[in-house]
Amino acid sequence: MTLRIALKHRFEGFSLDLAFEAPAGVTALFGRSGSGKTTVINAVAGLFRPDEGRIAADGVVLLDTGAGRCLPPHRRRIGYVFQDARLFPHLTVRQNLLFGRWFAPAGPDVGPGVGLERIVALLGIAPLLDRRPATLSGGERQRVAIGRAILSNPRLLLMDEPLAALDEARKGEILPYLERLRDELGLPILYVSHSVAEVARLATTVVLMEAGRVTAIGPASTILSDPAIAPVMGLREAGAMISARVVAQEADGLTRLDTGAGPVWLPRIEAAEGATVRLRILAQDVMLATRRPEGISALNILSVTVRDIHLGEGPGALVRLSAGEATILARVTRRSVDALDLRAGRPVFAVLKAVSVARENVGRAGP
Amino acid sequence: MTDWLTPDEWRAVALSLRVSFWATLVSLPFGLLVAYALARWNFWGKPLLNGVVHLPLILPPVVTGYLLLIIFGRRGAVGQVLDEWFGVVLAFRWTGAALAAGIMAFPLMVRAMRLAIEAVDPRLEQAAGTLGASRPWVFATVTLPLILPGVIAGAILAFAKAMGEFGATITFVSNIPGQTQTLPSAIYAFLQVPGGEPQAARLVAIAIAIAMAALLLSEWVARAVARRISGQ
Repeated sequence: MTLRIALKHRFEGFSLDLAFEAPAGVTALFGRSGSGKTTVINAVAGLFRPDEGRIAADGVVLLDTGAGRCLPPHRRRIGYVFQDARLFPHLTVRQNLLFGRWFAPAGPDVGPGVGLERIVALLGIAPLLDRRPATLSGGERQRVAIGRAILSNPRLLLMDEPLAALDEARKGEILPYLERLRDELGLPILYVSHSVAEVARLATTVVLMEAGRVTAIGPASTILSDPAIAPVMGLREAGAMISARVVAQEADGLTRLDTGAGPVWLPRIEAAEGATVRLRILAQDVMLATRRPEGISALNILSVTVRDIHLGEGPGALVRLSAGEATILARVTRRSVDALDLRAGRPVFAVLKAVSVARENVGRAGP
Repeated sequence: MTDWLTPDEWRAVALSLRVSFWATLVSLPFGLLVAYALARWNFWGKPLLNGVVHLPLILPPVVTGYLLLIIFGRRGAVGQVLDEWFGVVLAFRWTGAALAAGIMAFPLMVRAMRLAIEAVDPRLEQAAGTLGASRPWVFATVTLPLILPGVIAGAILAFAKAMGEFGATITFVSNIPGQTQTLPSAIYAFLQVPGGEPQAARLVAIAIAIAMAALLLSEWVARAVARRISGQ
């Protein structure tokens, strides 16, 4: 499933002009508020009609202004999870979930048949079925909204900052469900977000947007560890996303992982041995040393090679490091770059405190 | 029962109920359409439609009645067509009274429904669209259930107004006992003859009782529906 999008539209004081392709998996549209992310997915859903544009999902043309074709939203079969859930207040949770079922076409061309029971189990909403939306918490509402969109049997799912209206605890509650959706249903998802943490947890592909344009697109691990893009995401949020395999759960509560650049110990991760997880390692949590440090409390010392150094405008620098197959970012000062004589190709040691990787920065790896 | 009301009085009460019932029922779909158009659509002549709908509320009822006579009378532009093509005569018939009552009550009905429609979050309707519901289905499954309290309130308000309609009715269809003599016309007629006051008083009591009942009923129904819809 590939989604091809090309849009042009002039607003007052703002114009949208972009084209990109979203492959299978979760494609995150990432950018500041006002960069046009929601406008793009509204165009895909048919809720917004651009001046010019063409949108096609696999062979199906949803919009082609050149050919005068514009399918109305109800004929596009695109699930939409809104930031504000938008559950129907007069219907029970069960009726909300089944709403799209009345209209979903039945027949062989319909995608993976997903039953109510499976979705209810996947999202953990079985106890809510007979309740009304007014009595649900924000997190519960959002899970029901996700289930409702999936059960309408869409060819693709749009999510517009589905976690933005929730507090941190509720976000942490929903993220694992989103990961399960991504890994178990194989439904392509276009995910709008301005949270790097969410993107790092969920995205397979990242589309970076600025002022109505696409400024970068690529696999999540590449885009997130690109120092040139870090300023857009916010330097405090800059960091690399790497995959690691769970090797052992150790007796003192740590989990041993294999990253491809040496062993890493982190506070206990709830995953089976042999499972692959995604780690997001923030650049500001990584220290560099030219010799292997000794007598240091940090548990994780990785042998890496400097790939390049990106100097910012301030006193800081982002150092991109090759750690086997993976890439890690370290944020240090220019003074340290000079003092340690860091340059491309130089082998160094990256030091990472086990406790600095927060729980929300560990997620399931995609397929 | 019949000993405390004369047959004429009974006929007036029954006729008023019948006139109001049909006036409300027939104007309901039109009211809904106009309310929806005013609340949701942008079209040329919207202020004009709004004005025309509200005109009966502001015009002296006798003017509305006179206009009805001109348009729907036997020699009127529409009345003549109805008479010759369909054999339908409105002037000086109970159906004419229902037309007059319906038109006088129309603005009240439309206002109540329009407020209800404007209170519905269009984003819910958008969500229904993305779930595969076409416009008519969105209206039937989302909009209508959500505006039901307003629709009921509007209908009951219109019924109560139709029960009390006097000026336009008496101008358009006159005051013929058993034919077009509604409750208010009957009260008026009794007050015109010496010694008619006790009869008028009984009808006044009935009018008050019906109006009160309608108001209480509308409150109760609207609250019950609102409770059901908000899911509390």
